[in-house]
Amino acid sequence: MGGWPLLSLVTFLPLLGAGFILFIRGEPDIVARNARYVALWTSLITFALSLFVWFGFERGTAEFQFVEKVEWLPEFNIGYHMGVDGISMPFVLLSTLLTPLCVLASWDAVKTRVKEYMIAFLVLETMMVGMFCALDFIVFYIFFEAVLIPMFLIIGIWGGQRRVYAAFKFFLYTLAGSLLMMLAMLTMYFTAGTADIPTLMAHGFPREMQIWLWLAFFASFAVKVPMWPVHTWLPDAHVEAPTAGSVILAGVLLKMGAYGFLRFSLPMLPEASAFFTPLVFTLSVVAIVYTSLVALAQQDMKKLIAYSSVAHMGFVTVGIFTVNEQGVQGAIFQMLSHGVVSAALFLCVGVVYDRLHTREISRYGGLADNMPSYALVFMIFMLASVGLPGTSGFIGEFLVIVGAFQVDTWVALLTASGMVLGAAYMLWLYRSVIFGALTKKDLLKLPDMTWREKAVFAPLVAAAIFFGIYPLPLLEVMDASVANLVENYQVALARGEPLSLASLWPLK
Amino acid sequence: MIDALIVFLPLAGAILAGLFGRALGDRGAQAVTCGALVVAAALSVVVFIDVALGGNARTTELFTWFDAGSFELSWALRVDTLTAVMFCVVTIVSAVVHVYSIGYMAEDKSIPRFMAYLSLFTFFMLMLVSADNLVQMFFGWEGVGLASYLLIGFWYDRPSANAAAIKAFLVNRVGDVGYALGIAGIFLLFGSVEFDQIFGAAADYQDTVLTVFGIEWHALTVICLLLFIGAMGKSAQLGLHTWLPDAMEGPTPVSALIHAATMVTAGVFLVCRMSPVFEYAPDALTVVTYVGAATAFFAATVGLTQTDIKRVIAYSTCSQLGYMFFAAGVSAYGAAMFHLMTHAFFKALLFLGAGAVIHAMHHEQDMFKMGGLYKKIPLTYGLMWIGSLALVGFGIPGLGVGLAGFYSKDIVLEAAYAAQSAAGGFAFWLGIAAALMTAFYSFRLLFLTFHGQTRADQHTFDHAHEAPRVMIWPLYLLAAGAIGAGAIFYGFFVGDGRETFWNGAIFALSDIIEEAHHVPFWVKALPMAVTLVGIALAWAMYVWRPDLPAAGARLFRPLYLFSLRKWYFDELYDAVFVRPAWYLGEGLWKAGDGALIDGVGPNGVAAVTRSLARRASRLQSGYVYHYAFAMLIGVVALVTWYIVTAGG
Repeated sequence: MGGWPLLSLVTFLPLLGAGFILFIRGEPDIVARNARYVALWTSLITFALSLFVWFGFERGTAEFQFVEKVEWLPEFNIGYHMGVDGISMPFVLLSTLLTPLCVLASWDAVKTRVKEYMIAFLVLETMMVGMFCALDFIVFYIFFEAVLIPMFLIIGIWGGQRRVYAAFKFFLYTLAGSLLMMLAMLTMYFTAGTADIPTLMAHGFPREMQIWLWLAFFASFAVKVPMWPVHTWLPDAHVEAPTAGSVILAGVLLKMGAYGFLRFSLPMLPEASAFFTPLVFTLSVVAIVYTSLVALAQQDMKKLIAYSSVAHMGFVTVGIFTVNEQGVQGAIFQMLSHGVVSAALFLCVGVVYDRLHTREISRYGGLADNMPSYALVFMIFMLASVGLPGTSGFIGEFLVIVGAFQVDTWVALLTASGMVLGAAYMLWLYRSVIFGALTKKDLLKLPDMTWREKAVFAPLVAAAIFFGIYPLPLLEVMDASVANLVENYQVALARGEPLSLASLWPLK
Repeated sequence: MIDALIVFLPLAGAILAGLFGRALGDRGAQAVTCGALVVAAALSVVVFIDVALGGNARTTELFTWFDAGSFELSWALRVDTLTAVMFCVVTIVSAVVHVYSIGYMAEDKSIPRFMAYLSLFTFFMLMLVSADNLVQMFFGWEGVGLASYLLIGFWYDRPSANAAAIKAFLVNRVGDVGYALGIAGIFLLFGSVEFDQIFGAAADYQDTVLTVFGIEWHALTVICLLLFIGAMGKSAQLGLHTWLPDAMEGPTPVSALIHAATMVTAGVFLVCRMSPVFEYAPDALTVVTYVGAATAFFAATVGLTQTDIKRVIAYSTCSQLGYMFFAAGVSAYGAAMFHLMTHAFFKALLFLGAGAVIHAMHHEQDMFKMGGLYKKIPLTYGLMWIGSLALVGFGIPGLGVGLAGFYSKDIVLEAAYAAQSAAGGFAFWLGIAAALMTAFYSFRLLFLTFHGQTRADQHTFDHAHEAPRVMIWPLYLLAAGAIGAGAIFYGFFVGDGRETFWNGAIFALSDIIEEAHHVPFWVKALPMAVTLVGIALAWAMYVWRPDLPAAGARLFRPLYLFSLRKWYFDELYDAVFVRPAWYLGEGLWKAGDGALIDGVGPNGVAAVTRSLARRASRLQSGYVYHYAFAMLIGVVALVTWYIVTAGG
């Protein structure tokens, strides 16, 4: 498929499917069924196409691959420029893997406005994939912001009781940051005269400017990650979102901020990144400890997992800003693993929520008796979330700790404390839901997982265990790009004196 | 190949019994797992003869695991003498426990699950001992923790079992944080986590300094201490021991396999495995010695007053692990491993014997509701005697004849004495005190359970019966080990053949074991002497004058309570760590996220916007003069701004 614009195909195929669904007419039941099938097939074909990207990707080089460049606004030096490297490519696959699972998971759970729901998911997929493939500022920004819209609708229309509050909180939080990012991008565009990301990576911005640009980017990415203290939109959004919405939110959307750090902050603004590293470390460590403790106090399953996401993303930001190969690879691995594991955990919540329509932990207990398959699946993802060796969760967490230890042992210690706290809340959750005596009457008749549900979990279980025992395929993909990133960063830092407060605001 | 078979047979058994338990049925699951384990045990003996006696240490590489920058390592099986010894201990005890479980768990409703967990545990344990790098060892390390968690909480409908399982996992996790940081430190220093490379380079780094937690440390010392924290968690050393007694909530075969013979000795194994590094960190070894000695003493004092038969043995395990650690701490690694090996036999025997008692008494574990059982269950009674005598180290010092514990405990104590250091002396004297108490509580257990008038209710007592053969026969194997393992292997582990036996698997700068052989006679005789005193005391208090214990408890009430309440560790941790964590979580959530961040942030902004909007909407009143006034203000403002900026 050498000559095909593979990335554009993967990006826009879901949009095509969405258009297709738009024109389905007829009886409501038939429309709903057809919409489901079209969405499923579209997303499955998209996934199959994305596998070509995975297998066609050349390992061992940091170059962007599958590059497509079309002139768009040549007089402004803005073009449609797509391409992936070892950092972004796995995320494309993560997005295309999770979307069909989301469609499957919503098969029976979503009953109203099925057509619109499926359209929203397919549009969402286009935006996510496009965001990870974009190599032009403007294209990136469009995708980055457009992701918000279908998500906002998914929460606001198919969400729980406080969905409107949650949707607006989500939207405003993330939009507020994005505006600052746009300012920063415009500044960079006018300074460098191009919106081409690879060109900008090599540009080298003046140091004083880097500080402000970095802060503007940070405002946007920190909200998306989310980092403490701008994380409070996440629990609300998760609680109110439908199951599949939570899956995409935790699985992919949370990775956008960290991806931004890797794509923009580190390579384009290395000196400012080095300058602000202590800030990022502090916020990340606070996030890990603080949100883990908060997770302990939760009564709502989704809230608990949402808070655990914040803690896990704390590992990611620590890893990224260690800027050594172990730390960054660990961070990326942790993101991918979290994409699979937290997505699966939300699906686990969805399984019982579909049956009992409550997420309150105390309403459950003793499900091991009548739902053994569910207990096993939940156990696997609980352990992967805890970071047990042999699961994908371990690889990322452990590499981050190894990376952090080389930079700052305190950070490493406090990060590692997340290992204990994370185990505390997850084991507690598991015990309360799965273990204990099965005495509550309404639980007695709950059936075990259906074939459809098992089919949704199967690829996730396989991924969580396979990449825990044999993570090499993923590490190989990112190796060269990460090495290149780290090296360029070190070179850029070595060029000038380190930034200090005194150089920024010289005392008169 | 044979190494891989030993490791992966139990895994295959676990997967078959676990995932296809319903298809296999109870009998099928038992057959698959027991069969796999018996084969693995037989193969382990073959490997032991080949590797330990024949000197054929080797490493089998499976496939690459990590490759992140210079952080590279593979899945590999490293089999040297140390591993071969552990292979034998683990697979033999595990095979015995598997077979025993057929009888013990006969009435349970989820037999396949139980057998699968047991086999899964064995797999992780074998992974742990055959790892050729620290990360793979960590895989086994956490894996056995998981299996332990699953088995402690096996009866998941009991709240106490769930609580104990979570406690075990979390306390171990605290240790594992130390372990993980230790690995990170090793990587920072050596640029590798593979044993061969670490051991080869350890001597080069003996003067390196490393800044950790803001303090400049001797690099190897801080790394070894971090690793030792991991060892403390897994091996239930003082401070991180609180999970072990609670772990007795699990079925008794589990206690025998995991919480006596194998998993809890992983920490000792770690220190011995890392001996080439620990040797260059003498301060870390001193800490190991002190902690081990303190644990040996502490756990023995608690064991004196416990009433639950399993808890007595659990504290005894904790105490014996302390012996192993201080042996390693004075560089007598061979002695530590020797005691580990003999201890596995007699402690597993004691636990499984206790299991037979509990089985006979319909799940009664309180010794004060037993008594007089020797007539009812004579075989179990005899086996418990053998186990207890081996535990207290019964033997004749001058002739050098005795049960397994006699050889191993004595060489441990002699090595501590021979170390001629403050730490060694501390360990020696606390070890002697612990030996006295060991004798006391072991025989207290025997007398309370089997002798005197029964305190059980008549019905239970009448129906007390010997365990089925499937439970008793495996115990004969352990009993043989408890009697003979010491005499047979003394020469290899710590005697004249030790150099060729270990073949470089453990490393010591000075040969402390040689000096241990030349200590004065009173040092060799003292353990036996205090043991006899302990036995006599137990006899006096529980057979001769049964009213003495109550009087003693009244007289020394604070001491008695201190021992009974386990030195108040649980209460302390609950008050310092557990409850504050919950309160903090609740507080941070409500006050931090709710009131502060949301209150000032989005909700606050929203409220301000709303009120501004309300005021703004009031401006739109429809009266022309209002608009005119507003326009006027705007014009004034503009002009002012212009004047100020232009003029300034």
